[in-house]
Amino acid sequence: MSHRLKPGQYLVLLAVMVCAPLGDSCLKRGMALLQPISLSHPGALIAAIFTPWIALGIALLIGFFASYLTALSWADLTFVLPATAFGNVFIVFISYFWLHEHVSWQRWLGVFLITAAVGFVAQGPSLTTQPAQDLAQHPASVPPATEAS
Amino acid sequence: MTTLLSATSPLAASGLVAATCMIAAIVLASTAGEVLTAAAMKSIGDLDEIRAHSGLSGAIRAVLTCPLFFAGVFFLALAFFSLLFALNHLNLSLVGPAAASLTVITNSIAAKFFLKENVDRRRWSAAALICIGVYLLAH
Repeated sequence: MSHRLKPGQYLVLLAVMVCAPLGDSCLKRGMALLQPISLSHPGALIAAIFTPWIALGIALLIGFFASYLTALSWADLTFVLPATAFGNVFIVFISYFWLHEHVSWQRWLGVFLITAAVGFVAQGPSLTTQPAQDLAQHPASVPPATEAS
Repeated sequence: MTTLLSATSPLAASGLVAATCMIAAIVLASTAGEVLTAAAMKSIGDLDEIRAHSGLSGAIRAVLTCPLFFAGVFFLALAFFSLLFALNHLNLSLVGPAAASLTVITNSIAAKFFLKENVDRRRWSAAALICIGVYLLAH
Protein backbone atom coordinates (compact mmCIF):
# COMPACT_ATOMS: atom_id res chain seq x y z
CA MET A 1 0.00 0.00 0.00
CA SER A 2 1.60 3.23 -1.15
CA HIS A 3 -0.50 5.49 1.10
CA ARG A 4 -0.61 8.00 -1.72
CA LEU A 5 -3.97 9.57 -2.34
CA LYS A 6 -6.24 8.83 -5.27
CA PRO A 7 -7.98 11.73 -7.08
CA GLY A 8 -11.27 10.93 -5.36
CA GLN A 9 -9.57 11.12 -1.97
CA TYR A 10 -8.25 14.60 -2.78
CA LEU A 11 -11.87 15.57 -3.50
CA VAL A 12 -12.87 14.29 -0.04
CA LEU A 13 -10.13 16.46 1.54
CA LEU A 14 -11.33 19.41 -0.56
CA ALA A 15 -14.84 18.86 0.82
CA VAL A 16 -13.38 18.86 4.36
CA MET A 17 -11.66 22.20 3.63
CA VAL A 18 -14.64 23.90 1.97
CA CYS A 19 -17.79 22.56 3.64
CA ALA A 20 -17.01 23.61 7.24
CA PRO A 21 -16.29 27.32 6.61
CA LEU A 22 -19.14 27.59 4.08
CA GLY A 23 -21.51 25.91 6.54
CA ASP A 24 -20.46 28.22 9.37
CA SER A 25 -20.90 31.25 7.08
CA CYS A 26 -24.42 30.12 6.14
CA LEU A 27 -25.33 29.62 9.81
CA LYS A 28 -24.00 33.07 10.67
CA ARG A 29 -25.90 34.70 7.80
CA GLY A 30 -29.10 32.82 8.69
CA MET A 31 -28.93 33.69 12.39
CA ALA A 32 -28.24 37.35 11.59
CA LEU A 33 -31.53 37.52 9.70
CA LEU A 34 -33.51 36.35 12.75
CA GLN A 35 -34.63 38.28 15.80
CA PRO A 36 -32.54 37.62 18.95
CA ILE A 37 -33.60 34.27 20.39
CA SER A 38 -34.12 33.86 24.14
CA LEU A 39 -33.49 30.57 25.94
CA SER A 40 -36.98 30.94 27.39
CA HIS A 41 -38.36 30.35 23.87
CA PRO A 42 -36.42 27.31 22.60
CA GLY A 43 -39.09 26.68 19.97
CA ALA A 44 -37.67 29.60 18.01
CA LEU A 45 -34.40 27.67 17.65
CA ILE A 46 -36.27 24.70 16.17
CA ALA A 47 -38.07 27.00 13.74
CA ALA A 48 -34.71 28.54 12.77
CA ILE A 49 -33.53 25.16 11.48
CA PHE A 50 -36.07 25.34 8.67
CA THR A 51 -35.01 28.75 7.35
CA PRO A 52 -33.12 28.50 4.02
CA TRP A 53 -29.67 29.74 5.08
CA ILE A 54 -29.57 27.70 8.28
CA ALA A 55 -30.85 24.57 6.54
CA LEU A 56 -28.14 25.03 3.90
CA GLY A 57 -25.54 25.55 6.64
CA ILE A 58 -26.60 22.37 8.43
CA ALA A 59 -26.49 20.41 5.16
CA LEU A 60 -22.95 21.67 4.50
CA LEU A 61 -21.83 20.80 8.04
CA ILE A 62 -23.27 17.29 7.64
CA GLY A 63 -21.29 17.09 4.39
CA PHE A 64 -18.18 18.21 6.28
CA PHE A 65 -18.61 15.56 8.98
CA ALA A 66 -19.23 12.79 6.44
CA SER A 67 -16.12 13.85 4.47
CA TYR A 68 -14.09 14.12 7.67
CA LEU A 69 -15.07 10.61 8.78
CA THR A 70 -14.31 9.24 5.32
CA ALA A 71 -10.87 10.89 5.33
CA LEU A 72 -10.09 9.50 8.79
CA SER A 73 -10.88 5.99 7.52
CA TRP A 74 -7.91 6.07 5.11
CA ALA A 75 -5.61 8.77 6.49
CA ASP A 76 -3.92 9.67 9.76
CA LEU A 77 -5.51 12.23 12.07
CA THR A 78 -2.32 14.32 11.80
CA PHE A 79 -2.68 14.22 7.99
CA VAL A 80 -6.33 15.37 8.02
CA LEU A 81 -5.87 18.10 10.67
CA PRO A 82 -4.09 20.57 8.34
CA ALA A 83 -6.97 20.17 5.90
CA THR A 84 -9.43 21.27 8.57
CA ALA A 85 -7.13 24.19 9.47
CA PHE A 86 -7.15 25.24 5.81
CA GLY A 87 -10.81 26.18 6.33
CA ASN A 88 -9.52 29.34 8.09
CA VAL A 89 -7.64 30.26 4.93
CA PHE A 90 -10.77 29.70 2.87
CA ILE A 91 -12.66 32.16 5.10
CA VAL A 92 -9.98 34.82 4.50
CA PHE A 93 -10.32 34.34 0.73
CA ILE A 94 -14.12 34.64 0.99
CA SER A 95 -13.68 37.83 3.04
CA TYR A 96 -11.26 39.35 0.55
CA PHE A 97 -12.65 38.33 -2.82
CA TRP A 98 -16.40 38.05 -2.11
CA LEU A 99 -17.08 40.45 0.77
CA HIS A 100 -14.27 42.87 -0.29
CA GLU A 101 -13.08 43.21 3.31
CA HIS A 102 -9.63 44.56 4.15
CA VAL A 103 -7.19 41.78 5.07
CA SER A 104 -4.10 42.89 7.01
CA TRP A 105 -0.60 41.67 6.17
CA GLN A 106 -0.57 39.67 9.40
CA ARG A 107 -3.54 37.68 8.15
CA TRP A 108 -1.91 37.12 4.75
CA LEU A 109 1.14 35.85 6.62
CA GLY A 110 -1.14 33.51 8.58
CA VAL A 111 -2.66 32.31 5.29
CA PHE A 112 0.83 31.65 3.95
CA LEU A 113 1.91 29.69 7.04
CA ILE A 114 -1.19 27.46 7.10
CA THR A 115 -0.92 26.86 3.36
CA ALA A 116 2.75 25.93 3.80
CA ALA A 117 1.76 23.54 6.61
CA VAL A 118 -0.80 21.83 4.36
CA GLY A 119 1.83 21.59 1.62
CA PHE A 120 4.36 20.02 4.02
CA VAL A 121 1.98 17.34 5.21
CA ALA A 122 0.51 16.63 1.77
CA GLN A 123 3.99 15.71 0.48
CA GLY A 124 4.26 12.89 3.02
CA PRO A 125 2.33 9.62 3.33
CA SER A 126 -1.34 9.85 4.24
CA LEU A 127 -1.21 6.80 6.49
CA THR A 128 1.55 5.63 8.82
CA THR A 129 -0.47 3.10 10.83
CA GLN A 130 -1.71 -0.30 9.69
CA PRO A 131 -5.31 -0.13 8.36
CA ALA A 132 -7.86 -2.46 9.97
CA GLN A 133 -8.45 -4.45 6.76
CA ASP A 134 -4.73 -5.12 6.24
CA LEU A 135 -4.46 -6.28 9.84
CA ALA A 136 -7.33 -8.69 9.35
CA GLN A 137 -6.00 -10.09 6.06
CA HIS A 138 -2.27 -10.24 6.85
CA PRO A 139 -1.86 -10.33 10.63
CA ALA A 140 1.57 -11.96 10.48
CA SER A 141 3.08 -9.44 8.07
CA VAL A 142 2.36 -6.31 10.01
CA PRO A 143 5.40 -4.03 9.82
CA PRO A 144 6.05 -1.37 12.44
CA ALA A 145 4.88 2.14 11.63
CA THR A 146 6.98 3.23 8.67
CA GLU A 147 9.06 6.36 8.48
CA ALA A 148 7.68 9.08 6.27
CA SER A 149 9.04 8.91 2.74
CA MET B 1 -5.38 38.01 29.51
CA THR B 2 -7.72 39.21 32.23
CA THR B 3 -8.37 42.38 30.26
CA LEU B 4 -9.97 40.22 27.62
CA LEU B 5 -12.57 38.95 30.08
CA SER B 6 -16.03 40.41 29.81
CA ALA B 7 -16.45 43.21 32.30
CA THR B 8 -19.77 41.81 33.49
CA SER B 9 -18.44 38.29 34.01
CA PRO B 10 -18.56 37.00 37.58
CA LEU B 11 -15.28 35.26 36.81
CA ALA B 12 -13.43 38.52 36.30
CA ALA B 13 -11.77 38.34 39.74
CA SER B 14 -10.10 35.00 39.14
CA GLY B 15 -9.94 35.59 35.41
CA LEU B 16 -6.67 33.93 34.50
CA VAL B 17 -7.42 30.63 36.26
CA ALA B 18 -11.00 30.55 35.02
CA ALA B 19 -10.00 31.33 31.43
CA THR B 20 -7.29 28.67 31.54
CA CYS B 21 -9.74 26.07 32.88
CA MET B 22 -12.38 26.89 30.26
CA ILE B 23 -9.92 26.75 27.37
CA ALA B 24 -8.37 23.56 28.76
CA ALA B 25 -11.82 21.96 28.94
CA ILE B 26 -12.44 22.76 25.26
CA VAL B 27 -9.01 21.51 24.20
CA LEU B 28 -9.16 18.27 26.22
CA ALA B 29 -12.71 17.39 25.19
CA SER B 30 -11.98 18.22 21.57
CA THR B 31 -8.78 16.16 21.55
CA ALA B 32 -10.53 13.17 23.16
CA GLY B 33 -13.33 13.43 20.62
CA GLU B 34 -11.04 13.69 17.60
CA VAL B 35 -8.79 10.83 18.73
CA LEU B 36 -11.71 8.52 19.57
CA THR B 37 -13.38 9.32 16.24
CA ALA B 38 -10.12 8.67 14.37
CA ALA B 39 -9.65 5.38 16.27
CA ALA B 40 -13.21 4.40 15.38
CA MET B 41 -12.68 5.07 11.68
CA LYS B 42 -9.37 3.17 11.71
CA SER B 43 -11.08 0.17 13.33
CA ILE B 44 -13.85 0.25 10.72
CA GLY B 45 -11.49 0.45 7.74
CA ASP B 46 -11.61 2.31 4.42
CA LEU B 47 -15.16 3.66 4.04
CA ASP B 48 -14.73 3.97 0.26
CA GLU B 49 -14.07 0.22 0.01
CA ILE B 50 -16.94 -0.64 2.35
CA ARG B 51 -19.25 1.53 0.25
CA ALA B 52 -18.04 -0.19 -2.92
CA HIS B 53 -18.87 -3.63 -1.47
CA SER B 54 -21.93 -2.95 0.70
CA GLY B 55 -23.29 0.33 -0.62
CA LEU B 56 -23.89 3.58 1.24
CA SER B 57 -26.22 1.89 3.75
CA GLY B 58 -23.47 -0.61 4.57
CA ALA B 59 -20.97 2.19 5.18
CA ILE B 60 -23.44 4.06 7.40
CA ARG B 61 -24.21 0.84 9.30
CA ALA B 62 -20.49 0.20 9.83
CA VAL B 63 -20.07 3.64 11.40
CA LEU B 64 -23.23 3.56 13.50
CA THR B 65 -22.46 0.14 14.99
CA CYS B 66 -19.04 1.24 16.28
CA PRO B 67 -19.13 2.16 20.00
CA LEU B 68 -15.89 4.16 19.70
CA PHE B 69 -17.61 6.47 17.21
CA PHE B 70 -20.32 7.37 19.73
CA ALA B 71 -17.69 7.91 22.43
CA GLY B 72 -15.96 10.33 20.04
CA VAL B 73 -19.19 12.15 19.21
CA PHE B 74 -19.95 12.44 22.94
CA PHE B 75 -16.65 14.23 23.58
CA LEU B 76 -17.04 16.41 20.49
CA ALA B 77 -20.46 17.47 21.79
CA LEU B 78 -18.87 18.14 25.18
CA ALA B 79 -16.24 20.31 23.45
CA PHE B 80 -19.01 22.21 21.63
CA PHE B 81 -20.90 22.99 24.84
CA SER B 82 -17.62 23.88 26.59
CA LEU B 83 -16.99 26.33 23.76
CA LEU B 84 -20.46 27.85 24.15
CA PHE B 85 -19.89 28.21 27.91
CA ALA B 86 -16.47 29.79 27.38
CA LEU B 87 -17.86 32.23 24.79
CA ASN B 88 -20.43 33.29 27.36
CA HIS B 89 -17.63 34.46 29.68
CA LEU B 90 -14.62 35.18 27.47
CA ASN B 91 -13.99 37.07 24.26
CA LEU B 92 -14.03 35.18 20.99
CA SER B 93 -10.66 36.74 20.09
CA LEU B 94 -9.14 34.86 23.03
CA VAL B 95 -11.06 31.57 22.94
CA GLY B 96 -11.04 30.99 19.16
CA PRO B 97 -7.31 31.10 18.40
CA ALA B 98 -6.23 29.66 21.76
CA ALA B 99 -8.50 26.62 21.51
CA ALA B 100 -7.81 26.06 17.78
CA SER B 101 -4.03 26.24 18.01
CA LEU B 102 -3.69 24.28 21.26
CA THR B 103 -5.97 21.56 19.89
CA VAL B 104 -3.63 21.05 16.93
CA ILE B 105 -0.72 20.45 19.31
CA THR B 106 -2.61 18.15 21.71
CA ASN B 107 -4.08 16.21 18.78
CA SER B 108 -0.60 15.62 17.38
CA ILE B 109 0.66 14.40 20.78
CA ALA B 110 -2.41 12.18 21.30
CA ALA B 111 -2.16 10.79 17.75
CA LYS B 112 1.47 9.83 18.40
CA PHE B 113 0.83 8.07 21.71
CA PHE B 114 -2.72 6.72 21.40
CA LEU B 115 -3.13 6.15 17.65
CA LYS B 116 0.55 5.19 17.19
CA GLU B 117 0.86 7.53 14.22
CA ASN B 118 4.32 8.36 12.97
CA VAL B 119 4.32 12.09 13.73
CA ASP B 120 7.61 12.98 12.10
CA ARG B 121 9.38 16.35 11.90
CA ARG B 122 7.32 17.27 8.85
CA ARG B 123 4.06 16.93 10.79
CA TRP B 124 5.39 18.65 13.94
CA SER B 125 6.54 21.55 11.75
CA ALA B 126 3.09 21.69 10.15
CA ALA B 127 1.42 21.75 13.59
CA ALA B 128 3.68 24.61 14.69
CA LEU B 129 3.03 26.57 11.48
CA ILE B 130 -0.74 26.09 11.90
CA CYS B 131 -0.55 27.38 15.49
CA ILE B 132 1.27 30.53 14.41
CA GLY B 133 -0.97 30.89 11.35
CA VAL B 134 -4.19 30.65 13.38
CA TYR B 135 -2.80 33.22 15.85
CA LEU B 136 -1.98 35.63 13.01
CA LEU B 137 -5.40 35.17 11.38
CA ALA B 138 -7.05 36.21 14.65
CA HIS B 139 -5.16 39.53 14.77
